[in-house]
Amino acid sequence: MSDNALNTGQTPPAEFDRRAFFTKIGLGSLGIAAAGTIVFSYEYLSPNVLYEPSAIVNVGKPDNFALNSVTMDVNSGIYLVHAEEGYFALNAVCTHLGCLTTWNQDLDIIACPCHGSKFTRTGEKIEGPAPKPLPWLKTWVSDEGDLTVDRSTDIPPLQYLRI
Amino acid sequence: MPTKADQVIEQVRASRVWRSVFRSGTGNSTLHRALAIQQNIFLHLFATKVRKRMVRFSATWYLGTLTLGTFLILVITGVLLMLYYHPSVPQAYADMKDLQFVVSSGLFLRNLHRWSAQLMVFLVFAHMFKVFYRGAYRTPREFNWVIGIILLLITLLLSYTGYLLPWDQLAYWAITVGSNLSSAVPLIGSKIHFLLLGGNQVNANALLRFYVLHCVILPLAAILFIAIHFWRIRKDGGLYVQQSDPKAQAAAENEPAAKEAR
Repeated sequence: MSDNALNTGQTPPAEFDRRAFFTKIGLGSLGIAAAGTIVFSYEYLSPNVLYEPSAIVNVGKPDNFALNSVTMDVNSGIYLVHAEEGYFALNAVCTHLGCLTTWNQDLDIIACPCHGSKFTRTGEKIEGPAPKPLPWLKTWVSDEGDLTVDRSTDIPPLQYLRI
Repeated sequence: MPTKADQVIEQVRASRVWRSVFRSGTGNSTLHRALAIQQNIFLHLFATKVRKRMVRFSATWYLGTLTLGTFLILVITGVLLMLYYHPSVPQAYADMKDLQFVVSSGLFLRNLHRWSAQLMVFLVFAHMFKVFYRGAYRTPREFNWVIGIILLLITLLLSYTGYLLPWDQLAYWAITVGSNLSSAVPLIGSKIHFLLLGGNQVNANALLRFYVLHCVILPLAAILFIAIHFWRIRKDGGLYVQQSDPKAQAAAENEPAAKEAR
């Protein structure tokens, strides 16, 4: 009954609703904490340092590659092709789902064992589910005179390296 | 006329130690039998009372129970396989070969794990078809169907993550292909691919991530959702019983036993 005596029937002004204020503060902090947790989780789950092989591969002297030859480097997953027009490197990883393709000397094609995509030696698709041609990779001759390929940098096709 | 064995069992059940564990007490009354279910942590998920026709073989072909059976086999054999398996490159492949050729009973456990995994995927689909074609997914069981879909996805993910662990050529290329599928997701595809593998290619990080997913995260998720799945059977009115007559079906849905069971 003492409550009634104190309240005298007047409701407090709405803008000073302490309960709603603390509810908002509480929910707001929980929201910020949740957003922070998502960001931190994402950051934690993406590695900052990778112990993967370097994207830049030294494939040796240009003279090692005979004219009209296609040479596969299995470890780095690239083809080094010496054509009439010059040298170029192709990414050997199939553009469909990432399997390693192989060079077939007799049929003069590059073929993927997983789902049957076939490519010409310049990377153009002949048939199969691959959505894109095999990308050409940035290739240059190092200061030591070695052919060097950057697997992470694609270049437009038909840019031959003349030596 | 109770036999000697019955008397001994009765004595054990009346003993103080037994009563301290199983508090429902002796007796065959409906109450005692209901309490025996209700007061057991493993059984209390289920209804204390079921209709005989609910547990007939023809009603479910026991496909859900059999799926749980394969899951339990997989947990037990999986934990045992973990004792000899290092999720590191290239040790994983050697450990898998050791399990096959060096460890006593290793070949048996590995094959049991593998065949149970195949069987579990088959049984999950069979269970789904049975539920679907009987119409058991309909109201009020539609949410339990959704839980079932989650369990299907967990089962497939367990199957997929386990596939990488032998670290042979088949595993390597299967996971290369499978993880590249995730790259097809619009906008965030390559990020998902990177997070899943812990890098840009299937490597030591990917093996470790798949191992943790396969042995810890996904099994725990499966156990949680299996518990919800079983509990919902009781909450949704018990196992589904099909009636050829729609009116009888409606009556069966509302019969007292189904209500009590909740």
